[in-house]
Amino acid sequence: MAETLIRVQNLRKIYGDKTVLKDISLDILEGDTVVLIGPSGTGKSTLLRCMNLLTKPDGGSIWFDGEEITAPGVNEDRVRTHIGMVFQDFLLFNHLSALDNVAIGLTKVLGMDKAAATEKALRELDYVGLEEHADKYPGQLSGGQKQRVAIARALAMDPRVMLFDEPTSALDPELIGEVLATMERLSNEGMTMVCVTHEMGFAREVADKIIFMEGGVVVEEGPPQQMFAAAQIPRTREFLGKITELYGDHE
Amino acid sequence: MSELVELFARFSGQLWTGTVITVQITAVGLLLGFLIGLPTALIRVYGGPWVRWIAVLYTELFRGTPVLVQLFIVYFGLPDLGITLSRLAAAYIAMGLNSGAYQAEYFRGAIQSIGSGQMRAARAIGMSRLKAIRYIILPQALRLVIPAWSNEPVALMKTSAVAFLIAVPDLMGQGKIIAARTYDPITSYLAVAIIYIALVALLMLGLQWLEQRLRIPGTEVEVQRV
Amino acid sequence: MGSAALPTSANMLNTFLYVAQGLLVALEVIAIALPLGFVLGVLLAILRVYGGRFIAPLVGFYRAVLRGVPPVVLLFLLYFVVAGAVNLSPLWAGALSLGIISSAYQLEIFRGAFGSVSSGQMTAARAIGMNRSKAIRYIILPQALRLAIPPWSNEAATVIKDSSLVYALGVPEILRRAQFVSANTREPFIAFGAAALLYFVMTFVAGRLLDFVENKTAIPGEVGG
Repeated sequence: MAETLIRVQNLRKIYGDKTVLKDISLDILEGDTVVLIGPSGTGKSTLLRCMNLLTKPDGGSIWFDGEEITAPGVNEDRVRTHIGMVFQDFLLFNHLSALDNVAIGLTKVLGMDKAAATEKALRELDYVGLEEHADKYPGQLSGGQKQRVAIARALAMDPRVMLFDEPTSALDPELIGEVLATMERLSNEGMTMVCVTHEMGFAREVADKIIFMEGGVVVEEGPPQQMFAAAQIPRTREFLGKITELYGDHE
Repeated sequence: MSELVELFARFSGQLWTGTVITVQITAVGLLLGFLIGLPTALIRVYGGPWVRWIAVLYTELFRGTPVLVQLFIVYFGLPDLGITLSRLAAAYIAMGLNSGAYQAEYFRGAIQSIGSGQMRAARAIGMSRLKAIRYIILPQALRLVIPAWSNEPVALMKTSAVAFLIAVPDLMGQGKIIAARTYDPITSYLAVAIIYIALVALLMLGLQWLEQRLRIPGTEVEVQRV
Repeated sequence: MGSAALPTSANMLNTFLYVAQGLLVALEVIAIALPLGFVLGVLLAILRVYGGRFIAPLVGFYRAVLRGVPPVVLLFLLYFVVAGAVNLSPLWAGALSLGIISSAYQLEIFRGAFGSVSSGQMTAARAIGMNRSKAIRYIILPQALRLAIPPWSNEAATVIKDSSLVYALGVPEILRRAQFVSANTREPFIAFGAAALLYFVMTFVAGRLLDFVENKTAIPGEVGG
């Protein structure tokens, strides 16, 4: 029986007078690839950012690997070394080469020595297929390459779980494939992943579980076959129908 | 603290005179600078190679050397050429020349950012260069330059303080006199500093008000307030 | 005053050499003031941007005061305040004052530079487990310093020119020597012209040097930073 890696309980987040997350409860099992879907602005990204404490929830709790990370006195920086995050706008460090982008967490956060860090960074870049571009700077890379470097950067920290926040939304259509391919590979190798994405093909083929969110709550969740073919709740069927129409099947 | 209040009370007359002279120097310098700077900017953008070179020389020299040196050259140098100058007049001229160089840069920036398209359009309807500059380029440039230009009055007011070094009785000059009388330089110069802060604050408020009144809707430009 | 013989005839070269001896003194003043302004300016900018609710307004006050008063007035004020407490030469008192004044302007430059670095950089740094100070030190600061070079170049030129203000404190630098010569030779244009030339060369060289630094530290692939 797989362990629960992340448990979210009754999470609430309010921005101004808007309650973005009303009452979110879900479990992420180790090794699972979970895809979060839902209309824009329903707090999917916010939920993701709460998971690695970049955003502080206003209510509820989050448990990571058996520890309550929303409790007071928790060292957030330490927690974040075990959770990797990939952003929609890549957010590579502009002043560093691809290699240094991947290595800096190793040297400055984990305290590795330079040689070991460089070696590991090259391995991670190789994993995402960009070893030859190690000395290039973000300004010299395409969007897809930048995102893969971002994935390598997150992977270098050897996280227990990877969070993907709309990783392909800012990419030209032709570049989406390379990123999704990397993500699929990761998933097949057993990485625990939580992805916010509109890529229905990816969701259908790669996800172990799909969670549909709307109005700040989880509407329905289940395995992809079940969700796509015979979702229980009408609203889920409606949304999935529309979005498959719009975004199609990417493979 | 009480010495400060006492000083203000006792020397209010002198401080007021000094303030007036400082404001005078700033105003005259600003006006002179405008009258010198705007043509200089126009020459730099539209002038022929020889005239342009002179304009560049002027702006580079007066922005690349200390205002104090410029003041001394005017005050000590001009009599040599047969021009006798009162101290105040020397201050006016030096400040005017100095400010002119900085204003020329502001105007040049604004004129250049108008874009050559405007000039082309004006020539296309038959305007001469001069007319185009006068009726199309300048009105836009002068509005555009306001945020950046409003750094200049404040800068000039602060710059004008060096005039006391040629014994002009401006605010700082009064400060020196008061310091000699009271044997308390710290309180004296503190009083002067406070008045300058107030003057600068008032000036900034006035400029903000002016900016609001002269704004063209839809042409907000992001400018670094120095 | 100085080791060179005082020229009594209108000999341009002698005048120039005499005035030029003040160059070392001027450079000394600048070498104290500019780095002081830099270190203070960066620190204060960090405090202002990342310092929180109580510190930020204090820094704002510091800035308003130092930028609302003419440098020469502050020079006098700080000189007398410092001279009352510590035994400092006019050169040091003047240079330190200029450094403090410059820090108020440099603080604005760096604050603007920090603002130009997108907030996403901080987010990404936190996401790999960096704490705030590591993120500022390794991610934000390197980028901000590069962005700050052009406006900083202007400030450096200003400090170079403002170094002439220590004349008012009696420091035997370029301008004071020029005045001395001018009074003696009755050739003000040559004397002050020499002074002007020296300052101009200093600002020119500084500008080219900083252009060089900017080119050297440019990030490949960035179009205009």
